[in-house]
Amino acid sequence: MNWNNLEGFISMGGYGLYVWGSYAMVLLWLAIEPYAAWRRQRNAQQEISNPTGWPQ
Amino acid sequence: MSTSIKLFTFAAPSTFYKLSGYLIPWLYCLSIAVGLTALYVGFFIAPTDATQGEAYRIIFVHVPAAWMSMVLYLVMAMWAAIGWAFNARLAYMVARAIAPTGAIFTFLALWTGAFWGKPTWGTWWVWDARLTSELILLFLYLGYMALVESIDDVRRSDKAGALLALIGVVNVPIIYFSVRWWSTLHQGATISMTAAPKMASTMLTAMLLMTIAFWAYAFAVVFMRTRAIILEREKNMGWVQFLSQQNKRKKQ
Amino acid sequence: MMSHNIMTLLIRRDLRLASRRRTDAFLPVVFFVVATSLFPLGIGPETNTLRQIAPGIMWVCALLSAMLSLNTLYASDHADGSLEQLMLSTHSLFLIAASKALTHWLITGLPLILISPVLGILFDMHLQAVATLTLGLLLGTPILSLLGGLGAALTLGVRNGGVLILLLILPLCIPVLIFGAGAVSAVDAGLSPRAHLSLIGAFLLLTSLGAPLATASALRIAEA
Repeated sequence: MNWNNLEGFISMGGYGLYVWGSYAMVLLWLAIEPYAAWRRQRNAQQEISNPTGWPQ
Repeated sequence: MSTSIKLFTFAAPSTFYKLSGYLIPWLYCLSIAVGLTALYVGFFIAPTDATQGEAYRIIFVHVPAAWMSMVLYLVMAMWAAIGWAFNARLAYMVARAIAPTGAIFTFLALWTGAFWGKPTWGTWWVWDARLTSELILLFLYLGYMALVESIDDVRRSDKAGALLALIGVVNVPIIYFSVRWWSTLHQGATISMTAAPKMASTMLTAMLLMTIAFWAYAFAVVFMRTRAIILEREKNMGWVQFLSQQNKRKKQ
Repeated sequence: MMSHNIMTLLIRRDLRLASRRRTDAFLPVVFFVVATSLFPLGIGPETNTLRQIAPGIMWVCALLSAMLSLNTLYASDHADGSLEQLMLSTHSLFLIAASKALTHWLITGLPLILISPVLGILFDMHLQAVATLTLGLLLGTPILSLLGGLGAALTLGVRNGGVLILLLILPLCIPVLIFGAGAVSAVDAGLSPRAHLSLIGAFLLLTSLGAPLATASALRIAEA
């Protein structure tokens, strides 16, 4: 174990902003991307069951 | 009924759609499990670095993201080439599905690189060979995405994208060599720009585990996106209509 | 040989067409001068600074200027159907693509090369630097025309094609930029620019073989 307490873990020896700034961005995109892909699939499915616009 | 799996069995969008749909949840689970393990090893087992302190722990996402960004470009170009060579629709669709994921990993490599550079080198951005090449790689991804999105005719956009991706692959070594030469020429700094902590084996383990997690994640997302593209393109096919009606009946 | 005739025929035809729209032909050069002149206004008139950054500025502006007129390289032929006719003919698409690139260089690249010494003086570059810059541009601008032709073929008929060409082709031009500006920096430092210029020469050889091939491919994709 490297950390004695929660504060040490969060502050990361003073580099907390950088370490957590990096990981936060990674997690953000690793959450956005699947959601966006899921949305795209949903829209495609809906387009098939309720086609909008002129029939092909 | 005997079903033999031939080389092109999974080249049919319908088969791929079903198989990938089954695999996606497992891939996400694998990604999360391995990722958490990697984080545990990286934060709780790997020791503090002597020169960089705790800031070096960014490496556990930075390096895997950079690896993913480079390999995904090659994979994307490969599938586009296969699509072109065999006139295989699904291969083209997979190539298109990979591009956004590759671009995002490239961006993450740049972002985490900048956040690593600030505490260790003192600036957010350094024009060193690797970061600059990574930036150019982002331009290559964006160029591919822009080209395929702006051509309306699907067949043409697939082929044009394939040609562009292959040209990119050929040029990447040339660009990297040029940028590396340029960076060593202009670098007067005494700090070694490639400073990475000497790898304790636990650090390497965490990095490799995270790479596996990223791979599983990439497979999952690319499969998801490919399925969406399949539905978009093949919506008039019988199997798609059949599936759609099956879903409707399930909901009722 | 018939193939040589197609090149001369095409080049003569395109030059004649360009001469009917002389203003269009001058736009890239004017842009080159204007864009290059913007930098001192933005950075400050300090002579030493300007002399140092001049090669980089000139090369970047040359890149951008060369890309400006690319949209029309194939567009007008595509619009009136003559491109399709050219492709249906038995002439080699490789040579057609090479001719188009050569025409583009004659109309855009060559004027850039000729005016660069004047701009070099504006930046107070010394004689050897100006000479190296001009020689580098002489070797490098054909590469830009060749790659630009590829970009134009890929984006034929596409909306926002002009900007899209920039996004696609500029990353590929980065090696030329690096070694072109690097040659002048070497001369400034008292070293020989021969290595840099040789590398640009090598890129030129590579590109003159590869780009028309890829452009022919792109044309087939666009028109098929």
